[in-house]
Amino acid sequence: MTQLALVIDLNVCVGCHACVTSCKEWNTSGVAGALADENPYGADPSGTFFNRVQTYEVGQFPDTQTVHFPKSCLHCEDPPCVPVCPTGASYKRKSDGLVLIDYDKCIGCNYCSWACPYGVRELDEKEKVMKKCTMCVDRINDENLADEQRKPACVLACPTNARLYGDIHDPESIVSKAIRENGGYQLMPEWETKPANHYLPRRSASAIDNVLSRNVEQQRPNELKATDAPAKP
Amino acid sequence: MNPAFSVIFLTTLIGAGQGLFLALMAIQSGIIAVPSASARLFFIAGDAVALAFLVTGLVASFFHLGHPERAWRAVAMWRNSWLSREVIVLPVFMAVVALHGLCLHTGFAYADQIGIAGAVLCIALFYITAMNYVCLRFLQEWATPLTIVNYTLLGCASGFTLATALAAAMEPALAPDLGRWALALTLLAASARIASLIRNARLRPKSTLQSAIGMRHPHIVQKAQGFMGSAFSTREFFHGRTRQVVQGVKWGFLLLAFVAPAVILGLGSTDGRVSLSGASIAFVTQYVGLLAERWFFFAQARHPQNLYYQAAS
Ligand code: SF4
Ligand code: SF4
Repeated sequence: MTQLALVIDLNVCVGCHACVTSCKEWNTSGVAGALADENPYGADPSGTFFNRVQTYEVGQFPDTQTVHFPKSCLHCEDPPCVPVCPTGASYKRKSDGLVLIDYDKCIGCNYCSWACPYGVRELDEKEKVMKKCTMCVDRINDENLADEQRKPACVLACPTNARLYGDIHDPESIVSKAIRENGGYQLMPEWETKPANHYLPRRSASAIDNVLSRNVEQQRPNELKATDAPAKP
Repeated sequence: MNPAFSVIFLTTLIGAGQGLFLALMAIQSGIIAVPSASARLFFIAGDAVALAFLVTGLVASFFHLGHPERAWRAVAMWRNSWLSREVIVLPVFMAVVALHGLCLHTGFAYADQIGIAGAVLCIALFYITAMNYVCLRFLQEWATPLTIVNYTLLGCASGFTLATALAAAMEPALAPDLGRWALALTLLAASARIASLIRNARLRPKSTLQSAIGMRHPHIVQKAQGFMGSAFSTREFFHGRTRQVVQGVKWGFLLLAFVAPAVILGLGSTDGRVSLSGASIAFVTQYVGLLAERWFFFAQARHPQNLYYQAAS
């Protein structure tokens, strides 16, 4: 059984929001209708997005790291949002494991959004139906596109290649290898939703393979090992 | 959670309607003093009032939907969705209540049997309504059997108070007994609700910012949630009031839903005569209290998704 998923490498995400804008651009332009924007140029803009990039500061000054953290529907393998839906509009597709919403069946009751612990479902303010990431189902299934184009818009847009896409049930896929080799993890494991999307954790500073940190390591090896502090340029 | 008024009205109105119907059934089955021969009219009126509450509740629920014209679709997933089950059982229960009243009105036999079927549906509806909240396991404030107990007892208490008022108007001989039942149910509901307040005050959220983003460091601060305005995720899951307001609502509902009606019902039942005005005031006070109770029920529930939306910019 296939389970499509994204794997997001927190080591290389620079928080540029290219995935956010490309997602919005693709998904607001398709046959499924626009993603509403209310008051886009006003004081309190509000819009429907499938994907958001957040920023966290981990640690205490001066030993802090800035973590950019993209978040969209994780296409859980045991999605709590699906069984609560009274209409069957929310469903998990058997063929590829995607969690999808049938906009023509959705009554806009919001119940599925209450049942998702990750806050990724958004009621579209104009169409009044629930929306969320579809893994660009209308790209990846489009046989008219060239193979290398049949990926989610965000994956294609990411300038640092922080977003990997593939089948986590295929042990030889790029995503399975990335998870296996880098300790990929899931969000809020305590609710046993088994998110398909995984995140690759920050590697410790001494392991980062770039010239700057190699120099630092040569200069101050003991200090770095002792404190596990982030790399300072 | 951000309390949705449509759902507050839905659950409190159908709760009172269900409680009223159960009060009628308690009389019909002889649990409460057998009525005089003229009580038929009281039963018919009771069914009508219960139905009015159920219909108003159902109408309120439509305001919750983005597409009310598609509401019929919600019957589809009864196998796994509690909401779907509620959407089925509520109208069926309403039909049985209407049928019960109609049978009494036309003198058709089997009113008793229909009443029993109604009582079963009524209790099932309490359970199903509550399960909508209980089944959301990461809303820890809701995921407890106490939620089922509370929905049932609060509905019964307000329904029996309503029945007392109705009896005071139409069938005064029944009012003192109903009043005593209403008082007992109000006190029982108060103790169950206080038990859940105590439980919830001790809860520790299972999810933390650490588990939300998967970093073990004890010091994590969100610097940006990804957008500067508002979004569904910042509106739907938080009430946006201060702690003081929430605490105020809590004391308000304890006073209005339990203390005040208990005092009024208690005074009425000691001198053996329940006045229509007293019982009516008791019901209205209790109902307003239950609106506050339901608001608090939503406001108190901390949704783990809020961990991701702490800092605009
Ligand atoms: S992330 Fe939320 S919306 Fe997506 S499948 Fe999991 S529970 Fe459902
Ligand atoms: S908002 Fe739509 S998709 Fe979500 S539970 Fe309601 S009907 Fe189902």
